[in-house]
Amino acid sequence: MTHEPFEKNSIILLIGILIMVSIGGLVQIAPLFWVQSTIEQVKGMRPYTPLEQAGRDIYIREGCYTCHSQMVRTLRDEVERYGHYSLAAESMYDHPFQWGSKRTGPDLARVGGKYSDQWQREHLINPRSVVPESVMPSYPWLAKTPLDTTKAANHLGTLRVTGVPYTDDMIAKAKADIEAQVNPDSKGVKELLARYPKAKVGNFDDNAETVTELDAVIAYLQMLGTLVDFASFDASGPNLR
Amino acid sequence: MAGHKKIDEVTGVETTGHVWDGDLQELNKPLPKWWLYTFYVCIVWAIGYWVAYPAWPTMTGYTKGMLGYSQRATVTAEVNAGKAAQGALRSQLDKTALADIKKDPSLLQFATAGGKAVFSDNCAPCHGRGAQGGAGYPNLNDDDWIWGGKLEDIQQTIQHGIRWSTDKSTRDSAMPRFGLDGMLDAKQIGDTAEYVLSLSGSSKDAAASERGKKVYAEQCVACHGEDGKGNLELGAPNLTDAIWLYGAKKADVEKSIQTGRGGSMPAWAGRLDPVTIKSLALYVHSLGGGK
Repeated sequence: MTHEPFEKNSIILLIGILIMVSIGGLVQIAPLFWVQSTIEQVKGMRPYTPLEQAGRDIYIREGCYTCHSQMVRTLRDEVERYGHYSLAAESMYDHPFQWGSKRTGPDLARVGGKYSDQWQREHLINPRSVVPESVMPSYPWLAKTPLDTTKAANHLGTLRVTGVPYTDDMIAKAKADIEAQVNPDSKGVKELLARYPKAKVGNFDDNAETVTELDAVIAYLQMLGTLVDFASFDASGPNLR
Repeated sequence: MAGHKKIDEVTGVETTGHVWDGDLQELNKPLPKWWLYTFYVCIVWAIGYWVAYPAWPTMTGYTKGMLGYSQRATVTAEVNAGKAAQGALRSQLDKTALADIKKDPSLLQFATAGGKAVFSDNCAPCHGRGAQGGAGYPNLNDDDWIWGGKLEDIQQTIQHGIRWSTDKSTRDSAMPRFGLDGMLDAKQIGDTAEYVLSLSGSSKDAAASERGKKVYAEQCVACHGEDGKGNLELGAPNLTDAIWLYGAKKADVEKSIQTGRGGSMPAWAGRLDPVTIKSLALYVHSLGGGK
């Protein structure tokens, strides 16, 4: 057979290109949806609370990802500095993921629980107040901007379309869960923790009157890397790679 | 195809045999031999790679390759090798009781050097590169301790943190929010602050201080003590020295009485291993103020 038909007929050429590109794409992409190592199950992962998710959106809005990655790579220096290497499952509810490859600041994949809320608060408002040598910009408006909670339910609903398993209950209570997470004494905390185990509850921004964007960002940061129960994670067996 | 080939008259080069628009032809210029053979070698290399390394996806996993390469196994081995390289000293540090480590200068040097490295990564963001602290974060160079400056105290604080809700053994106490909860009015708080300042000789208003003394005797002695020297068990700071965690101004002291402060420190037990925490405790203790 000659390749003359492909060179002289644009439709045949187009169909040929489509077939080739599809094979190349399918071989690379399709297995990622069933290969066990990319869809590994780990204990502890849960969808983000509405407050954490709101914090995540602000994290993206402010461009934190341009200087901070969220992936501890399988390299000795990273594991010794940041902790256990990141697992694929740890970003399973990230849309989009925040792995990144550019680090002007440190990796944040395991920053949750590394510093106190007070430190996070002071550091976000003015990084130089706690780390004099820091080159991070200040984000003082976060403390002054009330968090827009009106769209929280819609937002979770949209994420459900992309595959995040938010239940009807979670979506209906989104606004209430936000208010519960910033008020440790409120009645909603128990329900919040039933829906989102291990969620950190607290008056993150030290301002009991308003739910601010600072509350959301700190709640998100304090959750990062804390969900997976590494005591039950066995790196050997099917997880070894 | 061979039947279509002919030699182009002008250049003397063979054509590909394709003809467009009746007379438009194309010279056959094959790839250079060196390029072609490099390409073939790459194909052979790729086949060898498929056999040696993880490569092809299968229905549930992927081909593992004959070399059994694993990134996760590699990094685990490297981390363990790093620990093993410190082998003898590390296991000695693990076994030796905190108090006895000082007797072995080389072991102490190993511990404090390791502690210093871990300190910069984990502790410096709050306590500062030189452990000098800042407003709300204690200076670790001096001998003024809130929860105790003995080796065991420091180790305990690093392990379990301070007011860290996820750790059951965390150091915990809460100073009442005298102002916010309406236990004292603004004037009483001002007077009490004046008295507290007088304990370190920095009060300027003797009358207010005298009034504050009465409030202090009712509200503060239980934790800070009659003499104001504090209580390490409760994390109640010594008020008689001139060292102030939240500032030496009267307004700072007033705010402390008003809000109760209650700073917190993370528990490091899950994040750092016990030997590392031991090294850190020895390093912090060695900064100058260890008891």
